[in-house]
Amino acid sequence: MRRDRFKKDTTAKNYYEDRFYVAPQSPKFDVLGSKFEDDLKALDGLVLNSYVEFDQMVVFVDKNDNLKALEKLKEFGYEILSELSGVDFIHQRGGIEVFYQLLSIKHKRRARVKCFVKNGEFLQSATSLYKSANWAERELYDMMGVWIENHPNLKRILMPDDWYGHPLLKSYPLHGDEAAKWYEVDKIFGREYRDIVGEENRDSAFIDSKDTFNFSRIYHETEYGGVEPSEAYLQEYQEKGGVPFIKHATRDKFKILKKRR
Amino acid sequence: MAFHKVDYTKENGLPVVLTTVDKLVQWGRSNSLWAMSYGLACCAMEMMAAGGGRFDFDRFGTIFRASPKHSEVMIIAGTLTKKHAEFTRRLYDAMPEPKWVISMGSCANTGGMFNTYATVQGVDRVIPVDIYLPGCAPRPETLQYALMILQKKIRKETPRRKQKVKRVV
Repeated sequence: MRRDRFKKDTTAKNYYEDRFYVAPQSPKFDVLGSKFEDDLKALDGLVLNSYVEFDQMVVFVDKNDNLKALEKLKEFGYEILSELSGVDFIHQRGGIEVFYQLLSIKHKRRARVKCFVKNGEFLQSATSLYKSANWAERELYDMMGVWIENHPNLKRILMPDDWYGHPLLKSYPLHGDEAAKWYEVDKIFGREYRDIVGEENRDSAFIDSKDTFNFSRIYHETEYGGVEPSEAYLQEYQEKGGVPFIKHATRDKFKILKKRR
Repeated sequence: MAFHKVDYTKENGLPVVLTTVDKLVQWGRSNSLWAMSYGLACCAMEMMAAGGGRFDFDRFGTIFRASPKHSEVMIIAGTLTKKHAEFTRRLYDAMPEPKWVISMGSCANTGGMFNTYATVQGVDRVIPVDIYLPGCAPRPETLQYALMILQKKIRKETPRRKQKVKRVV
């Protein structure tokens, strides 16, 4: 009989608890009094909120002030924009939190500028300050759907130009929407071939052992349209009787090397 | 050596081979399969190894070509994304007839572990495939064996000018 060692625990525990592991918040410190004090002062008046987390300064600015803040930090010594992306908070707060990850080689420090872009709002492009923002902003637009103003070439970068939707949004289904399901068929053959080509098989556990075209059993391999042989057989390289001019190769004459030469 | 001095009973019979033109053509075709180097992901490394010295595709008459117009075999080695599917079909269409396709690895066969919005769930949705090669990633000798099976398949075909339609797509 199985031991019921968990019974005691569950009754003692609170029934209502988080279903998933919630990571504890990382410790945050005040910027004033840290080595980032001068960095924060360079941003005079623009900062909504700030703290130091994992030895990096994080500042929140208004989304209209993002260029001003980046310009001031660049003047201060943050020469490199190493990363730019967003976090989907559409469900909680109705928008996307965009972050700019900055690196200062001069001061050997990293800082992060964050701003919140609501749905339907535009964000000013940082390409005039940092060259790396060009591709990163295109990716931000492609995957999250954030519109960037004054970008020199705002078009999709990872997904095809005619792709419907923005895949990194949390509301986007992992397997893609209806348009994604038929994308390659529509594009290559046209919509009228949907019935002939068929739907994608998204069920990775699906096995039809009678379907020898999409699923062939080992030692029962058949060609398309062929009947699966009832008895197991080994695929031979040569047909019976051999091939002209080529040495007759049979399985029993194979030589297996004991070690590499 | 003078003609009359050759003992044909000892030298595998007369120096004559009788065959049909069909067989001769297909034998020739099967031993000069020029493959399009079409590496998409990790399987491409195994494909490169198969082309390299230890496994040596050249001895099968298989030479990797960079142009679809020189190639008759397309080895799809890796994950095919939906963005790329259109170009794959275009390259396949640019290849002269007759042509064959080896789908190499789980990703090319069925989408593999990438059951996602951006991956084509099997290249046979886009182009007809002759040989499905299982594995993730298959070893070079597996690719070599797939090529040998393809050679056998080609030898069995009839060399008509127009190939049979493999699949209505």
